[in-house]
Amino acid sequence: MEGRKIRVIIAKPGLDGHDRGAKVVARALRDAGMEVIYTGLRQAPEQIVETAIQEDADAIGLSILSGAHEYYFRRVIELLKEKNAADIIVFGGGVIPEEDVSTLLNMGVKAVFGPGTSTKDIIEWLKGAVGSRRFAEV
Amino acid sequence: MFKDDELKRIAKARAQYDEVVKKTIARRPERKETFTTISGTPVDRAYTPEHIKDMDYLRDLNFPGEYPFTRGVQPTLYRGRLWTMRQYAGFGTAEESNRRYRYLLEQGQTGLSVAFDLPTQIGYDSDFPLAQGEVGKVGVAIDSLEDMECLFEGIPLDKVSTSMTINAPAAILLAMYIAVGEKQGVSAEQLSGTIQNDILKEYIARGTYIFPPTPSMRLIVDTFAFCSEYVPKWNTISISGYHIREAGSTAIQEVAFTLADGIAYVDAAVKAGLDPNVFGERLSFFFNSHNDFLEEVAKFRAARRLWAKIMKDRFGVTNPRAQMLRFHTQTAGCTLTAQQPENNIVRVALQAMAAVLGGTQSLHTNSFDEALALPTERSVRIALRTQQVIGYESGVANTVDPLAGSYYIEWLTNEIERQAQEYIKKIDDLGGMVVAIEKGYVQQQIQDAAYSYQRAVEEGEQIVVGVNKFQAAEEGERPEILRVDPKVAEEQIKKLKALRTRRDNLRVKETLELLREAARDSSINLVPRILDAVKAYATEGEICGVLREEFGEYRESVVL
Repeated sequence: MEGRKIRVIIAKPGLDGHDRGAKVVARALRDAGMEVIYTGLRQAPEQIVETAIQEDADAIGLSILSGAHEYYFRRVIELLKEKNAADIIVFGGGVIPEEDVSTLLNMGVKAVFGPGTSTKDIIEWLKGAVGSRRFAEV
Repeated sequence: MFKDDELKRIAKARAQYDEVVKKTIARRPERKETFTTISGTPVDRAYTPEHIKDMDYLRDLNFPGEYPFTRGVQPTLYRGRLWTMRQYAGFGTAEESNRRYRYLLEQGQTGLSVAFDLPTQIGYDSDFPLAQGEVGKVGVAIDSLEDMECLFEGIPLDKVSTSMTINAPAAILLAMYIAVGEKQGVSAEQLSGTIQNDILKEYIARGTYIFPPTPSMRLIVDTFAFCSEYVPKWNTISISGYHIREAGSTAIQEVAFTLADGIAYVDAAVKAGLDPNVFGERLSFFFNSHNDFLEEVAKFRAARRLWAKIMKDRFGVTNPRAQMLRFHTQTAGCTLTAQQPENNIVRVALQAMAAVLGGTQSLHTNSFDEALALPTERSVRIALRTQQVIGYESGVANTVDPLAGSYYIEWLTNEIERQAQEYIKKIDDLGGMVVAIEKGYVQQQIQDAAYSYQRAVEEGEQIVVGVNKFQAAEEGERPEILRVDPKVAEEQIKKLKALRTRRDNLRVKETLELLREAARDSSINLVPRILDAVKAYATEGEICGVLREEFGEYRESVVL
């Protein structure tokens, strides 16, 4: 695994069509040397988890601006557990009230990036998170 | 516009000015090497008659209400009546949204603007599996005529105008509105309002598409034809640049892609045998008002002039009302920051002022807390008050198009029009907007602009106050936010199930089969069949279900 490029799925779960953030982040991660799979709109949690497992992804980033974040994060994390893939890092962003961030973190989301976040911060964080995940595997 | 000898004298004076500038810069350099608008158009130090020397007042500007309508579509504009103050609202159940509408009307709002939840926008009933988690979230959940009746309970449809942000299933929601009107004793001819009905920008930027382009365009043309005959005061479409801009486009792309969408709709309707002199009157537009104040004012003026030319020269339209670009504006949601949210009140005020100076027909001002959650009653009131302060206190509504004749504004108006025309030419060469979308060209252009903007922010070239400069360690108190009661979905589903057992299901089946027949035969207008199904209390999901079976579904071409 050492030296392998970071593989990350950027996904838009549910019916929300706001994809500017997802696409900008996907592109920034790609420019930072990661392998990025952007799913496009209207992904069911099942599809997202399936893609992540098939692509042997290190992480899944969910982008939600419709207010349905709690439902979708919970569902993705449940499915990962069911498929014995709970080691895949889940993070995300969008319009997510601060009060909800702790709920998401408690359910196992590793980081939530709100509006105004620099993509550099996301890149740095993801490198660190994937690094310790791989270290744990060794 | 300017005489030759005057231009010569100005050129001479300019040479002197340039010398002075050189010395000044040597002493104190300018803040940047080059200045540009937020859309990247280079901006000179000072504008003079030299920049607009070819301008011909009557040809390029003319009087307000006269072709090419650069100065506005009405001769008296806000001296007659202020713009319609129309706040986009809706959440939870129809009952809750009805309460918010009545509140807004009491507060002096002059038109309604309905926000639907995502399942409604994508043609799913609230109990459909993919609707889970989304019911009532970004707007009101409407499953059937029954919900629509609740939504407008006690609101006389002959007294208000209603704008509905609904696209792929626009014909269904319009049919519901007509049916509610009938029940109130208001005939379809008396109804006024707008359906967004703009599918092309859904493929490009907003994402609530259902069907592929061909049947989608047919639905739109069918609503044009139906409304020309039966709902003559209705705006059959709101051709929207708003979401294109929100997706990250420049001001120029916003104008170009919106008008190119408009060209595609007019083309489709003309091909179907409709007269652009007639349906052209009911086309309306929807633009964004972003941060670069003067660029935005110029943008609205350029869009108006360019559309008038397109209708006249390209489509041979002679009816002035069908050459006019009438538009709604919303301030730019993407400029709202989650950091120091109160700053957004100021941003919104400036953006709203640009829209007014640009001659908008109606306006939504965003609430300062929208980067955090749905707006509260308090934040919506501040947003509405912002419009009222502009309208009643600032004095800008006293004269029409007050920035006309500004060298910079006129130069920039020309420039935006010129650059937009280049894009439209490019899209024509690709084979028109539908092809350009299918090839991903438009989406790619917007994404490139969005990405370079993000980079400019991260590199500090583009300042966002409170985000990459002037950050506060203490963000102050988080404003109270609005939450949609999680019980909304439960209640909505219960209501829906009860309806399905109570209604005349034979009649529902019959109307749906007649709709299916119409879907298979493009010579039949779909709207009357949809209206029959709606009146039988067929649900939105059932109606869209039939159309999905017959038309298939659109698959996005993902470009990154």
